Amino acid sequence: MAKKIAIASGKGGTGKTTVSVNLYHFINKFVTPKVQLVDCDVEEPNDLLFFKDSEEVTKETINQLIPRIDNDKCTYCRKCAEWCEYNAIVVIPPVQFAEVNGSLCHSCGACLVACEFDAMKEYPEPIGEVTFYKTQEGNGLAEGRLKIGSAMQTMLIKELKKRVPDDAEWILFDAPPGTSCPVVETVSDADYIVLVTEPTPFGLHDLTLMIEMLKDIKQPFGVIVNKAGLGNNEVYKYLKKENIEIIGEIPFNKSYASKYAAGNLLKDISPETEQRYKEIIENLKKKL
Amino acid sequence: MKEITILSGKGGTGKTSITAAIASVADNAVFCDNDVDAADLHLIFKPKVLEEHTFFSGYKATIHDDECTRCGICYDHCRFDAIHYKDLGGLYVNPFQCEGCRLCERVCPVQAITSKRSDNNYWFISETRMGKLVHAKMGPGEENSGKLVSEIRGRAKEIAKETGAGYVINDGPPGIGCAAISSVTGTDTVLLVIEPTHSGLHDIKRVVDLIDSFKIPSFAVINKYDINKEVVGEIEEFLNRNNIPLLANLPFDKQMVEAMVNGQTIVEYNPESEISKKIKEVWEKIR
Repeated sequence: MAKKIAIASGKGGTGKTTVSVNLYHFINKFVTPKVQLVDCDVEEPNDLLFFKDSEEVTKETINQLIPRIDNDKCTYCRKCAEWCEYNAIVVIPPVQFAEVNGSLCHSCGACLVACEFDAMKEYPEPIGEVTFYKTQEGNGLAEGRLKIGSAMQTMLIKELKKRVPDDAEWILFDAPPGTSCPVVETVSDADYIVLVTEPTPFGLHDLTLMIEMLKDIKQPFGVIVNKAGLGNNEVYKYLKKENIEIIGEIPFNKSYASKYAAGNLLKDISPETEQRYKEIIENLKKKL
Repeated sequence: MKEITILSGKGGTGKTSITAAIASVADNAVFCDNDVDAADLHLIFKPKVLEEHTFFSGYKATIHDDECTRCGICYDHCRFDAIHYKDLGGLYVNPFQCEGCRLCERVCPVQAITSKRSDNNYWFISETRMGKLVHAKMGPGEENSGKLVSEIRGRAKEIAKETGAGYVINDGPPGIGCAAISSVTGTDTVLLVIEPTHSGLHDIKRVVDLIDSFKIPSFAVINKYDINKEVVGEIEEFLNRNNIPLLANLPFDKQMVEAMVNGQTIVEYNPESEISKKIKEVWEKIR
């Protein structure tokens, strides 16, 4: 069984992608080449930008099923509309109007069970793509990319994760920002969660929301303090008080930010950075 | 009344710090924190809460063991894989996977399943030194953030009308999914906060694609522009091609973080800083 690690943060821009990409690189270097990176930030997937020599292996369109109503069979009884919890079905009997609003539909299938006249049929509607890439090192990168205008990000993450083969020894899930359902979907089956925070009031506030959520779903976690030296010490005081382990610290460095900017995280890595990740990986091994 | 939404696609580009800075120079505005997943604007605004409301999001189903006959019909119907068999027999619903469609409740032949609306989300109307603020706190792991965004935006607009405010300013969520869609639908103007990184550029392109489908006029600022000037060039080219005026290049300045640590906006912390001056110009152009 693969060791599954999710990298999450609550606040955006704290360094989830930086940490994910570096962990992938250094697990490949120090532990095993059988490491798989999975970009679950399907609204804004960025991991691929750091693998300039990657090659696409497979691409698959992911669909949701949206029902349509057959007006010849529909009796305008309104049962489907009553069963739909998402207000996605409008039925106006006097004018014999019945229609599904695809943008509100969650594809739960309730209307199909509700309809007694076989007037509902489902058709696939794309919500995004799942692509597998071969990279210079490791097993490769799997990416979900939400179609613009779709609100089905959680479903896409679920479909992405289903397609990741279990033949890797380590699987890294790069999570979206926030603390709501797409994040839960990403972290819920992980063996351990790495929370990346920055030592600022915004970073700390969103970290506490994230920790509240992980305690709710009873998932184990540790914290990496990124951009250390920026901001203040409140995050350290909080972690100490709550007895939460810091599994790594990465100092703020403007020239590193500039490397990230250009998509060059994996080029000319400094010995210091390498050492930091070596320690993080040693810490992670103890957790799994 | 004009509604302005601040977006970025990528998280951490400075949306909230810039929204707060604009709040310092804009008068006669109502503010609304649309990032309901990880709301931060209140950390600077320090609101005095006037009203607290519960937001009822979707249903969550529960299977009652005493009545359940273990027939498994619910399990077969659930498309969200939210129903599981217990090791010692019987079934249960994982509330974090349940999308609240209530199909299980409806197909259960012995009425052993009930659903309850989650009431773990709150929204507030507050008084602040910047003006009225409408903000929210979502329960962790909750869904329907889009609906909550629509609700608080609606309330902010009502307050603006009641009080004769000239503007509603929305601090938007990251991403382009349901919360971002709800934040941008029907707004009058979008201000894009872009970070000069390949990720920032990649992500803003997806936001612009989303806004294009709504045909909303937009403006942009580049934050921390001196981190990588090459990428700034690429962003300028992209904005030009899409007829999006670039209103300012804001430098990386540790004073932005110091202001945040002090619970202040950059304009309050140092009104003479380059960023403060540029923020005033930005506001004059988008107001």
